[in-house]
Amino acid sequence: MSMLNFLFTVIRRDVLLATRRRGDWLTAQFFFVMVVSMFPLGVGPEPGMLRTIGPGVVWVAALLATLLSLGRLFADDYRDGTLEQMLLSPYPNTLLALGKAIAHWIINGIPLLVIAPVLGIQFNLPAEALWILVLSLAIGTPILSLLGSIGAALTLGLRGGGVLITLLILPLYVPALIFGAGAVEGVLSGTGSEAHLSLLGAFLMMSLLLSPWVSAMALKVSVE
Amino acid sequence: MNLYYYAAPSTFYPLAGKLIPWFAALALILATLGLYISFFVAPTDFQQGEGYRIIFIHVPAAWMSMFIYVIMAFWSAIGLAWNTRLSFIMARALAPTGAMFTFVALWTGAFWGKPMWGAWWVWDARLTSELILFFLYVGYMALQAAIDDPLRADRAGSLLNLVGVINVPIIYFSVKWWNTLHQGSSVSLTRAPSMAHIMLWGMLIMALAAWMYTIAVALVRARSLVLERERQTDWARAQLEGQP
Repeated sequence: MSMLNFLFTVIRRDVLLATRRRGDWLTAQFFFVMVVSMFPLGVGPEPGMLRTIGPGVVWVAALLATLLSLGRLFADDYRDGTLEQMLLSPYPNTLLALGKAIAHWIINGIPLLVIAPVLGIQFNLPAEALWILVLSLAIGTPILSLLGSIGAALTLGLRGGGVLITLLILPLYVPALIFGAGAVEGVLSGTGSEAHLSLLGAFLMMSLLLSPWVSAMALKVSVE
Repeated sequence: MNLYYYAAPSTFYPLAGKLIPWFAALALILATLGLYISFFVAPTDFQQGEGYRIIFIHVPAAWMSMFIYVIMAFWSAIGLAWNTRLSFIMARALAPTGAMFTFVALWTGAFWGKPMWGAWWVWDARLTSELILFFLYVGYMALQAAIDDPLRADRAGSLLNLVGVINVPIIYFSVKWWNTLHQGSSVSLTRAPSMAHIMLWGMLIMALAAWMYTIAVALVRARSLVLERERQTDWARAQLEGQP
């Protein structure tokens, strides 16, 4: 089996497992929708205000929904011993970590992209801002999955891992949040979104380069 | 004299014990001198009045908060590369002091901000990134506290620490750009009026005192961590029984 084949096998397996357990998978998506829907109830339905806070609210909810689903990234495989066997395989662990993160993005990130425009309409965002919102999430959610995989690997099997992962990873998400929500904000205020999207892209490249490597090391530390 | 000689816990423990009083004494002397200069020698600022004297605590604390995180990352990297137990212990021993200085910097910053800007808190780039730095310290300590196995706690904490230290500059710049885009330049921390020499001296002496304090406290903490981890060894037992 070639390296690429191994990567695809890891991704395919996780996606297949998720499609067989739709209940688990949908929880995070509904969480995303509900958190966003709470904000107008909290701050009031004034359209101008909603348009101002909209991009930020959708982005923060995306961070939280990602964190919620991250707890399961390695936990199920860890519990039944599969993860240990996978780490013992002759393929680099970095590829395993990368494949897991990509699968997490396919399962949890892509649905957010589909739901986000609907939520954006609720927040009175104009069409061009909706488009940039989806684009910023398309670049940004892989970052969330990649960085999050580090946190998931570090907290593997710990008591209170769910809350702990939030403490570890949320500060690291700050640049993604700023650039992502900033891009949409740029469209709304007329300053443009290219700069934010480019920076978000750069952050994605860096996460892609470093995260799988670090989370592979973290997995080894946690499983040993 | 081989420096690596002191990398072993059994030789580090007595050395640290001998060094702690010196660093503690230096910290005390320097802090006394620094506080004397800052309260009695340094002149009143013609713009900010007496309130500016907060910077004698605030600036050294802010410096230390950043230095300590980088030093922790240094020890983490060495620990991961050469698998030296003492490096992990040093990183771990420094964390609470770093978090304390970050908190002090934020707190004194709020006290300074109220009379100068009329607000306890503004979402200025420096304040915001300092707050996130505080979160990074909290995350590191929470992770350490959640893992019972010291071997795993050391490595996991070090990895998190290194990821954090790569992220700190990115966070700083992202917050800076975010800030300038959002609210323009309503408040600027950087307009430093040329400072009187004596003020600068007071600040530097206070910073030095903070360094000495940090070293002393980190060594005390490292010593107890060493003793806790080496409790099954003969030398540690001898140490423990030797004490009343």
